Amino acid sequence: MSTFYTATDHFSILPAIMLALFGCSILLFDAFDAFFFGGARQRRWQLLFVVMAEIGAGVGLVKQTLYLAAGGPNGLPLDGFHGTILVNHFSIFFNWIFLVAALIVAVVSYQYLETAGEHHGEYYGLILFAQCGMYFLATGTDLITLFIGLELMALSFYVMVGFLRTEQRSNEAAMKYLLLGAFSTGFLAYGFSVLYGIAGSTKLSEIAAAVAERSPWDPVVILALVTASVGLLFKISAVPFHMWAPDAYEGAPTTVTAYLSVGSTAASMAFLLRMFMGPLVSARAAWEPLLAVVAVMTLTLGNLAAINQTNIKRLLAYSSISHAGYMLLGLVAGNDTGINGILVYLLVYTFMNLGAFIVIIALRRQNIIGEDLDDFAGLMHRSPGYAVLMLVFLLSLAGIPPTAGFLGKYYIFLALVQTGHYGLAVIGVLYAAVAIYYYFKIVRSMFMRDEEQAAPLATSTGVRLAVTVAGALTLGIGIYPEPFIRFAGAALVR
Amino acid sequence: MDQHLLTIVLAAPLAGLLVLLFLPSKSKSLIRVWANIASLAGFAVSLPLVWKFHVGAPGFQFVERADWIPSLGAHYLVGIDGISLLLVMLTTLMGFVATLCSWSGVNDRLKEYYAMFLLLQTGMIGVFISLDFFLFYIFWELVLVPMYFIIGVWGGPRKLYAAIKFFLYTLAGSVLMLLGILTLYFQHYSQFGFYTFEISQLMKLQLPLGVQQWVFWAFFLGFAIKVPMFPFHTWLPDAHVEAPTAGSVILAAVLLKMGTYGFLRFSLPLLPQASMDQTIVRVLAALSIVGIVYGALVSLMQKDWKKLVAYSSVSHLGFCTLGIFSLNPNGIAGSVLQQINHGISTGMLFLVIGVIYERRHTREIAEYGGLAHVMPRFAKIFAFAMLSSAGLPLLNGFVGEFTILQGAFEANRIWAVFAVTGVILGAAYLLWLYQRTMLGQVTNPKNLGLPDLNFRECAVFAPLVVWAIWIGVYPKPYFDLLRQPVTEIVERVKPGYFAQAAAVGGTDDRFLSSVTARGRADARLDRLTIGPQVANLPHKTGTSVGTSAGVAGRSACSTLPCGGAR
Repeated sequence: MSTFYTATDHFSILPAIMLALFGCSILLFDAFDAFFFGGARQRRWQLLFVVMAEIGAGVGLVKQTLYLAAGGPNGLPLDGFHGTILVNHFSIFFNWIFLVAALIVAVVSYQYLETAGEHHGEYYGLILFAQCGMYFLATGTDLITLFIGLELMALSFYVMVGFLRTEQRSNEAAMKYLLLGAFSTGFLAYGFSVLYGIAGSTKLSEIAAAVAERSPWDPVVILALVTASVGLLFKISAVPFHMWAPDAYEGAPTTVTAYLSVGSTAASMAFLLRMFMGPLVSARAAWEPLLAVVAVMTLTLGNLAAINQTNIKRLLAYSSISHAGYMLLGLVAGNDTGINGILVYLLVYTFMNLGAFIVIIALRRQNIIGEDLDDFAGLMHRSPGYAVLMLVFLLSLAGIPPTAGFLGKYYIFLALVQTGHYGLAVIGVLYAAVAIYYYFKIVRSMFMRDEEQAAPLATSTGVRLAVTVAGALTLGIGIYPEPFIRFAGAALVR
Repeated sequence: MDQHLLTIVLAAPLAGLLVLLFLPSKSKSLIRVWANIASLAGFAVSLPLVWKFHVGAPGFQFVERADWIPSLGAHYLVGIDGISLLLVMLTTLMGFVATLCSWSGVNDRLKEYYAMFLLLQTGMIGVFISLDFFLFYIFWELVLVPMYFIIGVWGGPRKLYAAIKFFLYTLAGSVLMLLGILTLYFQHYSQFGFYTFEISQLMKLQLPLGVQQWVFWAFFLGFAIKVPMFPFHTWLPDAHVEAPTAGSVILAAVLLKMGTYGFLRFSLPLLPQASMDQTIVRVLAALSIVGIVYGALVSLMQKDWKKLVAYSSVSHLGFCTLGIFSLNPNGIAGSVLQQINHGISTGMLFLVIGVIYERRHTREIAEYGGLAHVMPRFAKIFAFAMLSSAGLPLLNGFVGEFTILQGAFEANRIWAVFAVTGVILGAAYLLWLYQRTMLGQVTNPKNLGLPDLNFRECAVFAPLVVWAIWIGVYPKPYFDLLRQPVTEIVERVKPGYFAQAAAVGGTDDRFLSSVTARGRADARLDRLTIGPQVANLPHKTGTSVGTSAGVAGRSACSTLPCGGAR
């Protein structure tokens, strides 16, 4: 290997290489489907490729963890490509979240896409490409790397959201998401260019040093901060940049919605943390009130708009918006507990939100979309297992102990109390009470109404497995959170 | 074995629930029998607590402790004192009574129904035995979900509205309480350098009055909504009216006590200065008195039998909170006893309503009249329940209300004057209810053929009747049981209270003997408190007073069988 691509470089992006390699392979093999697989429209091999890619990526992550645990051969941090990639516990933590999300989504997609009649190989490739983009969002320490990671992820999602080609709302969702996404990316790029102007470098560490020399209220810093924030807040669907979320969530195939709500949010949150706790950390005085206002608006709109939704995917979209608000509150608090809280929140959010979407996926059958409040009517009589699991997910989303969701909120509230943000804490807890109202609309439908369709759900092994794992973890993290807290806590140790 | 006793009591309903889940939902009688066995077993395993409990021993008993979430400083830490013992016994007994009374009243979705009750049972027991705030909060919230389902699935016509209202109200209160808990938790970290949710550790905190007041109000919202205190009571009539009989019984008998218990266990000992604060005490006493009078007045106006009893709960719980914020031994002991009494008598009243509702499917008082001719046994039971609730001497209600009024009188005579009107009004609405439904001629032909109580229904009432008479005729064991925990609370809130009472030659004969108990409480507080508070303790500042009090206490102790004989 040359000096342009050293062994350390290779090691630092090993998981991403696996993802990209298998992603491209899926596209290639899919193109010659008839040649390799005798023309049979068998898609199982693609799922197998995804599983192999994830195993490869997982092995890479384990190796990186071991490397870090051993302190590295020369005691150096694991950075590659002249300091544009930095692998640490923080990035590994996030990559595990991406991995779990992608794997679960791929497993449940099989049946869903068959039913929807849009089972194409490139779908699985896109899942891997998006995850590859997320990898760079979590590891990048350079504006260019981060930007490319963001675009790789976003472009994959634009395609996936519109994957139901024959459905109007899927197309509409993709178009809205693409246009608004491109617009916000423009702002982000503008903010980046200003940051480059300040520092004369694209490296986050050098930008941080340059920003620190200026006052937080320096107009140029404010300009960079505000424009970059637009792009960052758009990705986590914070108000007022949330408009795309309900439409994209509703229109996209439910599997993609699940992936979008978990993977994309987690990756964008990693990006956001990297930016605000990195180059912009010295401008804290300027962005803390800004984010506080955004967080309160996000909580307000997300929770209040969710109340009147009858489409469950839309309802969960607004609930995702409110969850983003809670995570922003953690950043407003900004101490270790707050950041740790965001990580724990994302971890539990992954399982509970995926779980809730998988139940919606299970309701999708031939000719039945299964995402309306009425479709949940009497689910307890038809499929008690799914109904009870959905109850667990909804309780967790609402933050009721002893489910995992409580733990996430616990950290956020504790961080707010620690930093003296009592007003924000009161707003936050009261919206948790509001949230129970709309989550329990679904519960009411499932448990207290008579069924409109008598047939029990016919689901594949993959869906059952995925929903059981999500349910077990949602309850398990709630009842015995110690190992998960340690896992998230380790990510903070830089 | 003894140190696992509480865990067994806590886990018994869960074990029953686990077996229940594997029973086929088709075989209804099997499910019924099993649910009753499980809840009876839950009561049976709690009985050893009674005879193994050392009356008068300081602190908590049957303590079991294990690390649970070390990173947060949360423990599995359970234990009981006299107050929680009574409430746990009330919970396990009422759990069985509620299960038994649903035998014929509930017919659909039986498995889920009993599962919810068993889950609820675990949550309620957990609330009363937790000595770790995190654990307590988990159980506190755990109770909401099964109760929501009990009201929402098996309730009356407006069940959905009532269920979500119950949930939202109590949740809003408890999340604000969570902020209070987190504040204490963080304050403890700033003062001692480690995070813990353990109550005994948090009691060591030295907090400025301002912080204490804020935390007090946060706790207040959580507990007052649960009690419910005026003006947070509006969820209660809805929940009671719509809930199925067993749900109302549990709600009134146990769930409301979680709020009063919270005040006793957490607000007073953790925030002693705030609890002493004049403004806070006045506001809480005023709200209690308004609750007493308002609840009674509204009860007088009700046309719905169940709503009447629901509002009477507001009035009776007002007595309980008034007793607590009298902040003297009589008030607090009376309050705890009255909580048990309210559980027994209001539980019986709701059971009575359940019996008649099962027969006639209406709760309009105007629909009834002269039932005593048709259902003589029923009329006798109802009369008993009604008189026990109205506070007839020699029945349980009298003892509790009398002691509370004694405490209130001691604290502020005006309070007692207002609160007494509640007793009078209570007798009025209950007697009037009885007159309208039971006495006179049978006015409605539909009531002519109603069957009287059967054996099972009598069996439901039997333990409650016995308990009510026991407390009414011979309450001494209860006061003995409560003396030690109440003394500890009062000493914590008003250091030196007993020394003063003894020095003045106080008339407080029921609690005079607790002065020796105070000596032990001091020793315990020495371990628990640090810094300036130690100086407030009477035996450090006024040695002569302390000694004389000790002598007086010892002489009193020789005549009364107090806990020193352990």
